[in-house]
Amino acid sequence: METVYIMWLRQVKKYWRSKPRMIGSLGQPLLFLIALGFGFENIYQKAVGGSYVDFLVPGIIAMSILFTSMFNGIEVIWDRQFGFLKETLVAPVPRYKIMLGRTLGGATAAFLQGIVVLLIAMAIGFRIHNWLLLPVALLFMALTAIFFTALGTALASKLDDMQAFPLIMNFLIMPIFFLSGALFPLDNIPRALEIVVRFDPLTYNVDGIRGALTGTSHVGLGIDFLIMAVLTIIILWIGSYLFSKIEV
Amino acid sequence: MDIIKVRNLTKRFGKLTAVDNISFSIKKGEMVAFLGPNGAGKTTTIKILTTLLSPTKGMVTVNGFSPTKEQYEVRKAFGIVFQDASLDDDLTAYENMEFHGVFYQVPKKVREERITYLLKFVDLWERKNDLVKQFSGGMKRRLEVARALIHHPKMLFLDEPTIGLDPQTRNHIWQYIQKLNKEEGMTVFLTTHYMDEAEKVADKIAIIDHGKIVKQGTAKELKQTTKTRSLEEAFLKLTGHSIRKEDSSSIDILRSQAKAWGRK
Repeated sequence: METVYIMWLRQVKKYWRSKPRMIGSLGQPLLFLIALGFGFENIYQKAVGGSYVDFLVPGIIAMSILFTSMFNGIEVIWDRQFGFLKETLVAPVPRYKIMLGRTLGGATAAFLQGIVVLLIAMAIGFRIHNWLLLPVALLFMALTAIFFTALGTALASKLDDMQAFPLIMNFLIMPIFFLSGALFPLDNIPRALEIVVRFDPLTYNVDGIRGALTGTSHVGLGIDFLIMAVLTIIILWIGSYLFSKIEV
Repeated sequence: MDIIKVRNLTKRFGKLTAVDNISFSIKKGEMVAFLGPNGAGKTTTIKILTTLLSPTKGMVTVNGFSPTKEQYEVRKAFGIVFQDASLDDDLTAYENMEFHGVFYQVPKKVREERITYLLKFVDLWERKNDLVKQFSGGMKRRLEVARALIHHPKMLFLDEPTIGLDPQTRNHIWQYIQKLNKEEGMTVFLTTHYMDEAEKVADKIAIIDHGKIVKQGTAKELKQTTKTRSLEEAFLKLTGHSIRKEDSSSIDILRSQAKAWGRK
């Protein structure tokens, strides 16, 4: 347990000491929130009814967590580059614990980032529908952070090219984000799109966070949770396996 | 008792044979130096012994265990100073030490004592709360040596440990390692380019080139069999005078890219 903790602590300390990274990664979600939220507010109210900003906020929270989480993987590549990875790989510690500590540390940073986005959204007028469900929303945010950090870490353990990593990440993150229902309601969308959306893990994260924060869920909180919990366990397992195979 | 046994070890990377059918053994408490030109296979051998690479062929045991099958047992037994940097630059000197201590399951109280002792020993105690990225190359090296010793390993691997250090620091570090070797019976496996160092500290020297062990024995024996007066002459006689082209690994390429992009 202590090894998982010290690995977690290291990731959190590194993140905390890198202020530009913290501030920089808030930029994109806020741009989306303000430009899309206020830009489409009128049209959405007329066409669908209700506030688009309220609809969008959970999607933007999920987005900020998704971006930070996936890019956490780059830490593995930096560690490989600057040699610290070797230090952890020769230690008498099961690799899955290293992977777990890394993932939880990165996920903590991404989770806190999601909370900051939520607070900013509340400052510009977003209201939580039912405060009793706030812990459920936080649970979904945490699951999102763990799932995508584990995914990013798993991918990074197979890559040693630091220029390829951001490219591959963007190539993955964009479709995951745009095809998730973060930006648009899933009612009455074309059948083909719906199939794709159903295969996107972020769909269930967004739906879970949205269900808990605004009271409107498309899939249902129970199913969202079940799918995310199972996927998270699977990806942690795969990530641990890939991580244990790293050679330097 | 042989703490390290290697029989017919071969490691290939694609077409390149980095280690070519070598055999050797190291007794407990011995201090053995591997000398060889760049790209001779020294680091690859160390990586295999320390569980970081799996061999293509051959039998290896470290402290009685197999580095491929019983990694945990092997990892517990050794400490290592890598050829290139392996510190976390964004953590302080103390945090780097603490991290290592926890990873090697050194109990908290013992850990604090040893970290304090070792940091004082390598003259970094005053800088313990500074981020490692502010350190000079020599200070980083000293910290790495100190870190490798926190868990009192049975064996110490040193891959060119004194590269880039001034004579004072080199002398200081070797004295301490020799002390541990004599008093605690710690086995030491080192590689170096400094012939004088090898001659001074090592009980046995193996000269390795093109992935093969060309000769092994004491410094005296090597000089006698090659009919030379110094170890350097013996080394050059055995390995030739041509300068080696080293195939750079993907990691090296990565590292040079990182430099070009301005990190470190």
